[in-house]
Amino acid sequence: MTATVGRHSQAAARANDVWKVYGTGEAQVAALRGVSAEFERGRFTAIMGPSGSGKSTLMHCLAGLDSVSKGTVQIGDTTVTGLGDSGLTKLRRDKVGFIFQQFNLLPTLTAQENILLPMSIAGRKPDPAWYDTVIDTVGLRDRLGHRPSQLSGGQQQRVACARALVARPEVIFADEPTGNLDSRSGAEVLNFLRNSVREHGQTIVMVTHDPTAAAYADRVVFLADGQIVSELIEPTADTVLDTMKKLDTPVEVAG
Amino acid sequence: MLRATLKSLLARKVRLLLSGLAVVLGVMFVSGAFVLTDTLGRSFDAVFADAYEGIDVNVAGKPKVALSEMQGEPVPTTVPAATVQRVDAVAGVAEATGVVTTDGAQLIGSNGKVVTSFGPPQLGSNWQGESDLVKLREGRAPGADDEIVVNAALAQAGKVKVGDRVGVQTPLAPKQTFTLVGVFGYSGDRDSIGGVNEIAFTTPVAQRLLLGERDVFTNITVRAADGVSDTRLRDDVARTLGDGFEVKTGAQLSADASASLKEGLSFFNKILLGFAAVALLVGTFLILNTFSIIVAQRTRELALMRAIGASGRQIIGSVVLEAVAIGLIASVLGLGAGIGIGALLAYVFGNLAGGLTLAGIGVPASAVIGSFAVGLVITVVAALLPALRAARIPPIAAMQDVANPDRPLTRVTVTGGVITGIGAVLLFLGLSGTAGGSTLAVILGGVLFAFIGVALLTPLISRPVVSLLGAIFAWSVPGKLGRLNSGRNPRRTAITAAALMVGIALVTGVTVILDSAKGSIGALARDNIKAELVISGASAGPRPASFDPAVLEKAAALPGVQLADGEYGDMGMVDGKVTWLAASSDVTALQRIFGAKATAGDISRLGPDQMLFSSDTAKSRNVSVGSTVTVQASRGEPRTYTVSGIYESSELTSPVQLPPQAVKDFAIPKPNQGFIQLAPGARVADVQPQLETLLADSPEVSVADRDAFVAQQTGSLDSLLTMIQILLALAIVIAVLGIVNTLALSVLERTRELGLLRAIGLRRAQTMRMITVEAVVISIFGALLGIVVGVGLGAAVVRALKDEGITDLILPWGQMGLFLLLAAIIGVVAAVLPAVRAARINVLGAIAHD
Ligand SMILES: Nc1ncnc2c1ncn2[C@@H]1O[C@H](COP(=O)(O)OP(=O)(O)OP(=O)(O)O)[C@@H](O)[C@H]1O
Ligand SMILES: [Mg+2]
Repeated sequence: MTATVGRHSQAAARANDVWKVYGTGEAQVAALRGVSAEFERGRFTAIMGPSGSGKSTLMHCLAGLDSVSKGTVQIGDTTVTGLGDSGLTKLRRDKVGFIFQQFNLLPTLTAQENILLPMSIAGRKPDPAWYDTVIDTVGLRDRLGHRPSQLSGGQQQRVACARALVARPEVIFADEPTGNLDSRSGAEVLNFLRNSVREHGQTIVMVTHDPTAAAYADRVVFLADGQIVSELIEPTADTVLDTMKKLDTPVEVAG
Repeated sequence: MLRATLKSLLARKVRLLLSGLAVVLGVMFVSGAFVLTDTLGRSFDAVFADAYEGIDVNVAGKPKVALSEMQGEPVPTTVPAATVQRVDAVAGVAEATGVVTTDGAQLIGSNGKVVTSFGPPQLGSNWQGESDLVKLREGRAPGADDEIVVNAALAQAGKVKVGDRVGVQTPLAPKQTFTLVGVFGYSGDRDSIGGVNEIAFTTPVAQRLLLGERDVFTNITVRAADGVSDTRLRDDVARTLGDGFEVKTGAQLSADASASLKEGLSFFNKILLGFAAVALLVGTFLILNTFSIIVAQRTRELALMRAIGASGRQIIGSVVLEAVAIGLIASVLGLGAGIGIGALLAYVFGNLAGGLTLAGIGVPASAVIGSFAVGLVITVVAALLPALRAARIPPIAAMQDVANPDRPLTRVTVTGGVITGIGAVLLFLGLSGTAGGSTLAVILGGVLFAFIGVALLTPLISRPVVSLLGAIFAWSVPGKLGRLNSGRNPRRTAITAAALMVGIALVTGVTVILDSAKGSIGALARDNIKAELVISGASAGPRPASFDPAVLEKAAALPGVQLADGEYGDMGMVDGKVTWLAASSDVTALQRIFGAKATAGDISRLGPDQMLFSSDTAKSRNVSVGSTVTVQASRGEPRTYTVSGIYESSELTSPVQLPPQAVKDFAIPKPNQGFIQLAPGARVADVQPQLETLLADSPEVSVADRDAFVAQQTGSLDSLLTMIQILLALAIVIAVLGIVNTLALSVLERTRELGLLRAIGLRRAQTMRMITVEAVVISIFGALLGIVVGVGLGAAVVRALKDEGITDLILPWGQMGLFLLLAAIIGVVAAVLPAVRAARINVLGAIAHD
């Protein structure tokens, strides 16, 4: 089932004492204050925390979409911090995939074209067997010729998942991928994500607000006020909810 | 990637259509100009090749005064009849014919008016009998001195028929009456060759009326004996005759004639290309704006592409590729439209020129290359800036809702200031005449820089001006919203307005210059010419109108006339230098009518061997009272004159003044203008009708009071202004497209917002009003900018022309008000489609719009 993760096995993504400060002077906001975390290969990790706790910021920094103020970020054996535009472009092409909360797809392209877009941008051909597997897993074979506007929200997110998967990146980052979906379509997408981890060894880091969604993950990391405050392995909706309740009562965290 | 680009291009085809249209119009102008000039050029070639077909070698006298193309048509020296025999005797000559042919033989039509012509010459000649080319259609050859034949085109134009008594006047002779005994045509059943009108006399009459001498010819045409080559024969004839003759083959003759017309055509071509450049400049603004807006709208899309691995270069590539696609399509359409327009204009021109037989419409390589180069380059250059901006979109923008970040205007303002400065410096250099040979290029560069610089400064200016303009509409909610919208994206508003600015600035600038010129000329004439009545006429064709000098003597004898002066002129040489020669029938007119003041010697009288100099010319030629100079007029032998006086130079005086005896050697020994000064107490209304009676036989001219004369003199400026306005209208049309485009794109961009407004109760009509206010504010802003820049440019040019006699700066207030009104109308018209579209927005759909 789950790929065994040893202590010394290399992490797919890693943050070392990452600080992120927005603005200057009066308006200064420290969105991340010294976050260190590892995201193991072949695991499905969820990041949770109250609104404004820095979840999205952490994810953007990990994915190289945003720069860090202090500390370093690594994806696989690549140090992201300090990479120039071309280095980051290459990183995005080869090592990371994204699923956003909304606006994942180009409205002018069909579902199939959207799925293949990262490959065609990079000038690569998809592995046909893997492509078939992905399409079958998302279950959209009969919808491939449709445009995003002709698909439901859940279907659109599944297309976005397929797009992230088809290039077999080192790690997929998903920021509230089910945030705009009802519970049933949300479950479809989450199942799909968990399967790709369990069956195909994909690494996924997902930000979510929803304890039920977090329960699909192998591990949950809790953020509050820009710091990692707690962690759960093999979470269930209930344990997640409990941890969150605890976080709501202010806790003194050692920095 | 290519696929994604093309798909998004197709999805936005309507948006790109309008900006593409701007390129189409510009390219159409370019290719149209090339097609027109190529077609006309080949038509001229054909006409001349045909006209000179029967001539193997031609002999003409060398002109006495060699003139360049700009100085006018040189008058060739005549060839004595004896020379015909000498040429005939040359071995290899089959036949040598003495020919008399000059321009300016005018038929007085059955309505008593001179038959005029637009461009093509009005030839007078000696009848040389029928030939392969010339065939009598009716009647017979002229046999007696009072008989003529005319070509069919002239017979039609003058509505005359065989047997009629008709009047003819030539530059050397006043109107005389002849009997029309025949009408001739040309091979291929043509009425005319290249629109030329022709009157043929018997040889002695032709010599007397057209050349003013007996037993001389204009030229000798030679047919070679069988087996003798044209060039051989040319060289043989030239050797036999020696110096003083121009001997050419027929092919040379036709090439020369065609080349001089083509020079005019290429000038015309350059003017058209100049207007194309203006249109394309405006088009560039439009495309730049369209791409900027599209890039802004696609921010999230492009960021998404970046997030999933597209490199900055790929993003630039995709935008540029779109530009290339649009450029290509627009070039093809523009080329097609240009061929159509070029053909149409060639047809119109051919008809105006009196039935010029057009060669087939040609599409020269220059038209194709020019179209594609211009269309592609302009589109790609305009798209480059937005493409660079697109590449700088960070991938994180995919997750943020930053539709239009308000970037600071400092950089664009500083750049704009610097470029405007460069433009101003170039203009100053060009206008102050320090740029030497490249003056025109420097001035044009200055104007271009000034436009781009001001366009860059516009975003900064747009904030206060737009909010001020918008305040007019702020009384209603839609008006207020529209005003806020137009101030919302200063760059977008600015570029849209700048596109309109270019056209309006040029029209305003040209109007300022021409109005000032008109005003200055008028003021000069009114204040300084002391003549109540003026005899003059618009010239028909290249030669100025003239009248019978006998009229002047009769006019001087009329009661109430104090002084009747006739002014003659000729392009001649003074001590070997080409100089405009003037002569007055009454030398006292210089002081009494034109107010000249003597600076040395006596300028109130002039003996037959004496002449006067203006102070400027005297200085530059280094002559003083008592110097002797040699003068060569268009015809006759050189003559020596003694300088007897020098007058102060003014706009009304000529460089030199010859005695009336000298005019017999002028190309036109008849006065071109007459100035009549009335005695104190005499009334214009009494004298004018009597003068009109005297001029009954001088149909080219009329008599007018001073105001009418000024209007006549400046009339050509008016038609020039109209022509320029028509051509610049294209630039304004393109700018209107720009406003439509910007609004349409803005409406699309704000679909959600418009939906929201409608959802909370904005009515359809209010929505439309909101869009209209936005359009009107933008276009009035553009017009205001254009007027300010145009007045600035115009005033600068007027100042620079101070020495040329344009002393008054006249601002066309009426015109400027009209432009503002026009801008308001343009705004309303431009808003129609976007407003309708905005009003039709489906409320529910819009709110769900992504
Ligand atoms: N671009 C920015 N400029 C300034 N501050 C920012 C910026 N982006 C985020 N922040 C701040 O950083 C902190 C963390 O933001 P972040 O978006 O990471 O929160 P989040 O945990 O994702 O919240 P949510 O659950 O609402 O999405 C917040 O206080 C936010 O105000
Ligand atoms: Mg977030």
